[in-house]
Amino acid sequence: MKKPQRDTEESTRRLSRRALLLGSVQLGIAGTLAWRMQSMQVEQADQFRLLAEENRININLIPPARGLIFDRNGLALAENEQNYRVVMVREAAGDVQETLDRLTQIVDIDPDDIARAVEEMNRRSPFVPVTIADRLAWEDVAQININAPALPGITAEVGLSRHYPWGADVAHVVGYVGPVSDYDLSRIDDQDPLLQIPKFQIGKTGVENKLEHALRGSAGTKRIEVNALGRVMRELDRQEGIPGQDIQLTLDGRLQSYVQARLDGESAGVVVIDLENGDLRAIASAPAFDPNLFVRGISVKNWTELNENIYRPLAAKAVQGTYPPGSTFKMVTALAALEGGVISPDETVYCPGYTNVAGTRFHCWKRGGHGNINFHESLKQSCDCYYYEVSQRIGIDKMAEMARKLGLGIRHDLPLSAVAQGLAPDKAWKRDVRSEEWRIGDTVNASIGQGYVLSSPLQLAVMAARIATGRVVTPRLVKSIDGIEQPSGLGESLGLNENNLRRLRQSMTAVSNHRRGTAYRSRIVADGMEMAGKTGTSQVRRITPEERARGVTRNSDLPWERRDHALFVNFAPVENPRFAVAVVVEHGGGGSSAAAPIGRDVTLQALYDGDPPLEAYPTADRGRIAEQQERIRQRIIPGGRAQDRA
Amino acid sequence: MSYLEYQAKYVPTGFRKLIYLNWPVIVLLSAVACAGFIMLYSVAGGSATPWMEPQIRRFALGMVLMLVVAMVPIWFWRNMAVLAFLVSILLLVAVEFVGVERNGSRRWLDLGPMDLQPSELAKITLVMLLAAYYDWLPANKTSRPIWVFLPVCFILIPTYLVLSQPDLGTALLLLMGGGAIMFFAGVHWAYFATVITAGISVIVAVFQSRGTTWQLLKDYQYRRIDTFIDPANDPLGAGYHITQAKIALGSGGWTGRGFMQGTQSRLNFLPEKHTDFIFTTLAEEFGFVGGIALLSLYVLIIFFCVVSAVTNRDRFAALLTLGIATTFFLFFSVNMAMVTGLAPVVGVPLPLVSYGGSAMLVLLVAFGLVQSAHVHKPR
Repeated sequence: MKKPQRDTEESTRRLSRRALLLGSVQLGIAGTLAWRMQSMQVEQADQFRLLAEENRININLIPPARGLIFDRNGLALAENEQNYRVVMVREAAGDVQETLDRLTQIVDIDPDDIARAVEEMNRRSPFVPVTIADRLAWEDVAQININAPALPGITAEVGLSRHYPWGADVAHVVGYVGPVSDYDLSRIDDQDPLLQIPKFQIGKTGVENKLEHALRGSAGTKRIEVNALGRVMRELDRQEGIPGQDIQLTLDGRLQSYVQARLDGESAGVVVIDLENGDLRAIASAPAFDPNLFVRGISVKNWTELNENIYRPLAAKAVQGTYPPGSTFKMVTALAALEGGVISPDETVYCPGYTNVAGTRFHCWKRGGHGNINFHESLKQSCDCYYYEVSQRIGIDKMAEMARKLGLGIRHDLPLSAVAQGLAPDKAWKRDVRSEEWRIGDTVNASIGQGYVLSSPLQLAVMAARIATGRVVTPRLVKSIDGIEQPSGLGESLGLNENNLRRLRQSMTAVSNHRRGTAYRSRIVADGMEMAGKTGTSQVRRITPEERARGVTRNSDLPWERRDHALFVNFAPVENPRFAVAVVVEHGGGGSSAAAPIGRDVTLQALYDGDPPLEAYPTADRGRIAEQQERIRQRIIPGGRAQDRA
Repeated sequence: MSYLEYQAKYVPTGFRKLIYLNWPVIVLLSAVACAGFIMLYSVAGGSATPWMEPQIRRFALGMVLMLVVAMVPIWFWRNMAVLAFLVSILLLVAVEFVGVERNGSRRWLDLGPMDLQPSELAKITLVMLLAAYYDWLPANKTSRPIWVFLPVCFILIPTYLVLSQPDLGTALLLLMGGGAIMFFAGVHWAYFATVITAGISVIVAVFQSRGTTWQLLKDYQYRRIDTFIDPANDPLGAGYHITQAKIALGSGGWTGRGFMQGTQSRLNFLPEKHTDFIFTTLAEEFGFVGGIALLSLYVLIIFFCVVSAVTNRDRFAALLTLGIATTFFLFFSVNMAMVTGLAPVVGVPLPLVSYGGSAMLVLLVAFGLVQSAHVHKPR
């Protein structure tokens, strides 16, 4: 059929018109697309670039190596141990169960750990490494590496974990680290991102806790590129962190270990101070606990055991425990009286075995009394009545002042968890704290270190150190941080009359060197090594008149927790003293029988820097001491072990 | 026009036809395809496999097919239009029964060595049928209701079949492509105004129907619409695709992050990076400059087609050329609008660039028809 020409021309023209129209519309749409691209790629490019970077880059923290803790001789007290763990990547393992079966044939792994690991692997992406077991022995790791072809997807990794080679011996001083807990995070105001790392180890007690800041170091970072599934593609860059600072303590690991061993079976605290610079050579508290138990988180069973033990192994008795100082406080009373001029050294006081003060009868430990007694004899024989008398003359405020001057009743600043302040009571204290007036009986009680007076072994050692040197000896625990020596603890003169001090030292010398001295049995006989000391026996109960009428009850007949505390403070050698020692044996009985022998043994160990020759002991003791030395040698954890490992 | 009428004019024969091919379009198509090869190489992490090599083979095959189709006189294709349309409808029906299902939709026929997507074919055969229809229909009857109703049926039949697969994207392309030819053919404005009004009503109805028993779209399609309106409301789920695509595109900046340096695609943040979202990879690695360059290539292809159409006095050839060009335009513009966040994610590949089996072959055959129309233009 033939269409009219005009009609065809018209439809062709219309087609062209409409083609151009729609073409223009299309061009407009293309322009819109171009505009859209321009706005996204040019105007908002930076935002999108940032989003893309956020997508692909993860920032991971690199935990720094924790600073080490050494003793004064460079033996490691806290070290970072390589911790081998075996990890598995599910996607690389093929048949997971079969691979695990083969692994358990090679290495002994708790089935519970396996079950937990399998559960975790199934929950997470197949390329995430999951820890199957940690704390493997090196032999196990070697076995795994040898059998690597049969164990696809399994690798042994190494990390650092805190380890305390001396175990319980330094537990109370060094403390321990543990995984950071929610409680820690809520308690400490610390923005350090390291704390957000799961199971990151921070110091929980002791030096580990108090010097956490120095020990921790600061985190490094590494930027890694990840894909959409979170798989790590590569490491982009890495900024190394700053490792924690090493800390050297004044502690002598060997001596500390000896003291802990010597205190075996006792509930006691011992402090040894170096008089040259106030260095704490040993701070022993018994019984102790193994800090390694806490590093990974302690089991409920172990925790219950430690917590319910009546000897309180968790308490750092040497710095935290406070006890009535008993007769060891007599040096304070005496020095206050001598300095105050209320009594001359040769003046005698009559001791009938008791003193009546304000209607109350105060007894001397010796029922028959000491008769007429002067200053020297009163300290040597520890006559109570003499001090009842002079304390009333000088008054409690002067005594308290002297106590604080000698380091009692004040908190010594040490990086330890709980350093006790103790108590040197005075009138103001009783008014403020107890809302009662001070009574003369309180003074009499305080004169022999009973009543309100409380002090820790650390404070008693400081007192002995200050008496021995006549100077302000401040205890020092940290020798150096990051190689920087900390200030010495030997300070200015106490400002006491040197004659009075000399008399006091002479009397203390008599205590452990004269036949009638209370610590004569615990004397040192080596030439030039003799020690000066003072025993103390402090009551933890009141002796009723009925009891007294029946005669003094023997300590060994009482239940443990009602027995007297045994105390002993000393310094040695008498000429040019080098060490001051304080011993408190909780409920140990008499100071001369329970505490003084420990004080002597410890002092000799410090003086000889090791086992002293038996000749330093009185002849009668030597056989027993030889046995004891042998027994303790077996028990001491040799510091050398730590060195061998390093 | 009949064969004899063509003979009356000068029409090239034999090898002379090669000279009369629309060479600019061939060059532009090759350039776009090369951009595709480069991107497929890049998203495979610098490897010819698994995508670039098959794509090149398919492109080579497609070019051969295009030339073969181009050599065949255009009137032959006009005569084949009805048959071709019927075949594609049959194939679409076959898909309903024996089609291969992937990702919840049944679109493919398994033909052994390759899968065929009949809806791809339908887009071209619908254009052929409508062009032949309006060539046959006297111009003065074009706007009469009965003669308008017929082509609308032609459009709705394949649209319905495709929609039921379900494949919303292709269904929309069929509707719009068919409508465009009716527009070119000179159907009265009023019809289009009516349809557009109706379309808006339908959109309103679609939203109104949501959650009711007569819900018109699938849930996943509604979710895609939600995500389009506010991708942030589901950044890890439905909105993840478009959010990551926009990040990739935007982070390209002016000149891009460099060949094979696009982190979004290389680290798999981009979804479907070798098919529907390949443009974002290109825009990420070659930036605004690269994106605009590709867009320009597409626009130039359309331009040369429109020029070819308006200078062609054969009505079938002109309508066919315009229809195919418009379909082509709809392809790339919907895809680009989709990945730039201007349109919902409807699953339309980027023509000649996205990795895809039958899509590229069908497209090149369609351009073979355009070439045939150009070569056999009455002069």
